[in-house]
Amino acid sequence: MKNKYFLPLVFLPLWLLLYLKLNSISDYLTYSILGLEKGGHLSNAIWFFIYEVPKVLLLLTLIVFVVGIIRSYFSPERTRKMLGGKKLFTGNVMASLLGVVTPFCSCSAIPLFLGFVQSGVPLGVTFSFLIAAPMINEVALVLLFGLFGWKTALLYASTGLLIAIISGYVIGRLKLENYVEEWVYQTKSKTQNIIEEKITFPERIDAGISAVKEIVAKVWIYIVIGIAVGAGIHGYVPENFMAALMGKSAWWAVPLSVLIGIPMYSNAAGIIPIVQALLEKGASLGTVLAFMMSVIGLSLPETIILKKVLKIQLIGIFIGIVGVGIIIVGYLFNFIFA
Amino acid sequence: MNVIKVYGSGCANCKKLEQMCYNALQELQIDASVEKVTDLKEIMKTGILSTPGLEINGKMISSGKLPTKSTLVHWIQDNIH
Repeated sequence: MKNKYFLPLVFLPLWLLLYLKLNSISDYLTYSILGLEKGGHLSNAIWFFIYEVPKVLLLLTLIVFVVGIIRSYFSPERTRKMLGGKKLFTGNVMASLLGVVTPFCSCSAIPLFLGFVQSGVPLGVTFSFLIAAPMINEVALVLLFGLFGWKTALLYASTGLLIAIISGYVIGRLKLENYVEEWVYQTKSKTQNIIEEKITFPERIDAGISAVKEIVAKVWIYIVIGIAVGAGIHGYVPENFMAALMGKSAWWAVPLSVLIGIPMYSNAAGIIPIVQALLEKGASLGTVLAFMMSVIGLSLPETIILKKVLKIQLIGIFIGIVGVGIIIVGYLFNFIFA
Repeated sequence: MNVIKVYGSGCANCKKLEQMCYNALQELQIDASVEKVTDLKEIMKTGILSTPGLEINGKMISSGKLPTKSTLVHWIQDNIH
């Protein structure tokens, strides 16, 4: 058991040391080892790459590890129990928050939807969960924090939560239950209690470590590509290349980005190279974030899966409400960071 | 007859879990059938909320998780006749 604590205890100080020294390490590697001169396009790009890749990967590892431990305290079954019979609004707030910390894979969206609705979780509350879960995830937050700062990450998380809360609330108020396929409400699913074994803290650490293995192994390549793109076009593509198309002055850019984003499907990491490139070249933050939200939060493949349980009208309303929410957030960001 | 059921409608982890079951059974030299249940209504009847679900001899063991190899081996050993 002892060696379960050993790993984090050794790695944490090492992590901190590396993170704090990253600046000087990058200096050393770029200017001393590679012998590049300060200030040139190429050496700037290389320094940027050498500095950003380990920085973002370090952040990602730590956050995914911590989130992995937090998630071991939650399960969809337990979340359902907490949401059962909750009133609108309170339920929407809780569902959105739980959506962030409950382990969720969009491939399980259908069983989860059915399980929630059939056991009496209100439709609008269920939607709040389904909107928040994919949109606000740890990978997106780490990347935004690492590349654009904590303000951007915080704004993304809080506005994402607001969209989930309000969209779910509106769907709840509209009383759209009759747009759910009839058979859904005819079957009552039993709330089976999977025998939950008591998990010890070392086992939670294990859960954190396996989350790191799984997620970092999956997304590191996108991060490297993203940062390489960022470094590569630094100074080689005209600075305001995207400004006319996606800058603040183009008022139609936000809705257009959302429209383009809906049919696209990508995980948070995969979209970052594009976000990085757009921002670097003069696209405004609100427009780019709206694009990112609609790509990872509203995906056509997922909504097509939902067709099995929802009528097309409800899917349309769902996309419409969330889409409008994202557009408002886009304008808000553009306004704040003007 | 020992029956292992893997519930899931085709996600990557569902296929992986099914394969892991075959491997574990072979390793343990245990004779059991492995069934993949993909029908949505059948999945919902079990009450699980996330896939893959793992059922051994009628007992739901886990859902939404891909266990490690050694955990899976333990589960099988504990629940097999």
